[in-house]
Amino acid sequence: MLSFTKIKVISIYLILLLAIFFATLNLKTNNLIDKKVNLGLDLMGGSYILLEIDTKPLVNQKLQSKVIPIKKLLNKNKINFKDFKISNTNISITIDKDKQNKFKNLFFKQQENTINNFITEYNKFELDLEFNQNKALIQFSNFGLISLNNAALKQSIEIIRKRIDDLGTKEPTILQRGDKRILVELPGIDNPERVKELLGKTAQLTFRLVSEDDGFGSEKLILSDNNEELIVSKRVVVSGDNLVDAQPQFDNQSNQPIVRFTLDRLGAQKFGKITTENVGRRLAIVLDNSVISAPQIRESITGGTGTISGGFSFQESTDLALLLRSGSLPAPINIVEERTVGPDLGKDSIDAGIFSLVIGFILVILFMFIKYKIFGLVSNVSLIANLLMMVGILTMLEATLTLPGIAGIILTVGMAVDSNVLIYERIKEELKTEKSIIHAFDTGYNKAKITVIDANVTTLIAAAILFIFGSGPVKGFAVTLGIGIVTTLFSAYFLARHLTSIIVLNGKNWRFFNL
Amino acid sequence: MNSKINFSKLFKVANIFSLIAVLISILFLFFKGLNYGVDFKGGTLLEVRIENKNIQIQDIRSSLNIPELGDVNVKEFGKVGDFLIKFEKDANENKKFITELKIIISKKIGSAVNFRRVESVGPKVSSELLKQGLTAIALALGAMLFYIWIRFEWQFSLGAIVALIHDIVITLGIFSILSFEVNLSIVAAVLTIVGYSMNDTVVIFDRIRENLLKYSKIKTNEIADISVNETLSRTIITSLTTLLALFSIFILGGEILKGFSFAMILGVIIGTYSSIFVASPVLNYFKVTQETLLKDEDI
Repeated sequence: MLSFTKIKVISIYLILLLAIFFATLNLKTNNLIDKKVNLGLDLMGGSYILLEIDTKPLVNQKLQSKVIPIKKLLNKNKINFKDFKISNTNISITIDKDKQNKFKNLFFKQQENTINNFITEYNKFELDLEFNQNKALIQFSNFGLISLNNAALKQSIEIIRKRIDDLGTKEPTILQRGDKRILVELPGIDNPERVKELLGKTAQLTFRLVSEDDGFGSEKLILSDNNEELIVSKRVVVSGDNLVDAQPQFDNQSNQPIVRFTLDRLGAQKFGKITTENVGRRLAIVLDNSVISAPQIRESITGGTGTISGGFSFQESTDLALLLRSGSLPAPINIVEERTVGPDLGKDSIDAGIFSLVIGFILVILFMFIKYKIFGLVSNVSLIANLLMMVGILTMLEATLTLPGIAGIILTVGMAVDSNVLIYERIKEELKTEKSIIHAFDTGYNKAKITVIDANVTTLIAAAILFIFGSGPVKGFAVTLGIGIVTTLFSAYFLARHLTSIIVLNGKNWRFFNL
Repeated sequence: MNSKINFSKLFKVANIFSLIAVLISILFLFFKGLNYGVDFKGGTLLEVRIENKNIQIQDIRSSLNIPELGDVNVKEFGKVGDFLIKFEKDANENKKFITELKIIISKKIGSAVNFRRVESVGPKVSSELLKQGLTAIALALGAMLFYIWIRFEWQFSLGAIVALIHDIVITLGIFSILSFEVNLSIVAAVLTIVGYSMNDTVVIFDRIRENLLKYSKIKTNEIADISVNETLSRTIITSLTTLLALFSIFILGGEILKGFSFAMILGVIIGTYSSIFVASPVLNYFKVTQETLLKDEDI
């Protein structure tokens, strides 16, 4: 175990040098190899936000959109029906038994089916149809729900990305988590509350006429400015989907912040028509079921641009413009988890973490030197190499260092000497029975090997499980712990062993070492 | 120098002691329960820094006398003027809530407040995190059991698991007795304890296996005794260096790592104890002899 071939020695030190090289990349910006250890949100400051989409309203909305096509289909094919009812999750219709098969065939038609989409991805229909006596029950199939959910999630991620990019946040992370959630990580933001508000808004914008009579096809909405109750038609004149741009501006006359919007061609046409026909009436600008403003139409607006004023502050008009530009979310989104760390706390954490690392390191080094003298020194050299290699590998992988991650490094420092302790203690035992010191070292290393491997594999298992199940900072801990084990094995079994072999084989000094 | 402590004589006393400790822990866990943090219980955690250092903890408590918040808990957190506030309400139900709360607090106490950390976890996520944490610990135990079973015999694997459960139960028991908060980082600590305790146990088991094969005439109990003695200096040295590192985190690493490092310190001490006094005697109870090992090798 003490003999090393030249190639082995060269590769050991090459690997070490490579790792140290990577570790030094963190010291200054290097244009050639741009790799660095990333700091986690807990060290750098920033927000971790987990969002969950709520697809229930979407299901209802989609079912609503099927009502007219289904009725048309039934009428066209002379299928008599009554009691057409729609709930949040299903549609029920009473149909005579002898017509049920006909309806079923139409409902599950493979080609040109405008009602029940065939999802080629799953080879299934989006809607299910069941008969119970003379009642037909239509609801989303499991696959229909999945595809609805996936589409909504993808679209939401797109829109959230637009909103965050628009805010100018640097290096945001936006990821899908599971089938209903979106993870947003925003390093170094100063105002998480504003971001949260922007992320959570559905931002469904509609222009609708204010009507006089409180009849069917209209609803009561509150004007957010003065809490006035307005009766607003349910018919949407133009919606946010027709918007191509929105910018915050100051009104020329009142100098109030406003939002100027531009509609696409179709939107401009509709808007022009409605404003021409309804001069004198009020047009409600509705955002997520609350009326921002309801100005009177003074003249027809055909240019496809207009302004929204609602007593905004400049910040509010900026945010509204941003929301309108990015488009509306297909389904409401809720924040289910949030973790925000301010930048000053992050800095305090780094300082405390690094300080405790240095102190812990010095204590362990002193202890090992006092205990094992010259071989303690060997173990300390390998401990320093170990630390540098850990940083090197973290850099190579561009891993994220978190506060628990720093704790993982410190823990590794404490535990890393274990391999050397195991080996030295073993050698000590061998020295009692073995006359030849070289032989004692050899068998010592050999016998301890199995134990060292067994002992480290168990910790590696724990680290792997932490990595798989942990989230955020805890994952960072698992990464450093795992890397630490690998570098520890390397430094104990290659580096320290080689250094030991130099000392032992060169003989003279071995008496110093007071094992 | 080689220690010659008669461990096998101590095994009985130690086992009774362990049994009592485990029983007390279970009673506490059962009746008092754990003080779950927002990670597992849901709710909101705020780490605040108050500009005016003369503000007392009771001032902050009374400023938070808002029924909507639910159960409120305030404690000092490290430096003067730093406090940790926890309450039941999930702040994300209302997106402007945190901003409003900040204004309310600073108005009531008459000083600027800096929210240095905000964590709020909804009920659904918190129960998922708890489930995830428990699954992770169970899986880690399972994986260890399997590894030891492959590398050794089933008796060894049982011994190791008994020792591990002993460590986890007592560590959590102490957390329950002291009402220390259990959060995600404590789960990480428990898993690391599992790894560490296992590490310690494996070293002793390795030696027991080696000695069992070496001496055929000596009783298992004595073999365990010899093996524990032979590896004792390593066990102590490694525990010491690890504890040196951990104490340095505990004392200097800042408030956030306190709970984590405390759990680890407990775990290392209990884990070291258990690998000597719990894992080894189990082998004797299961009548592990040289034949047990040899039988397997024939297969």
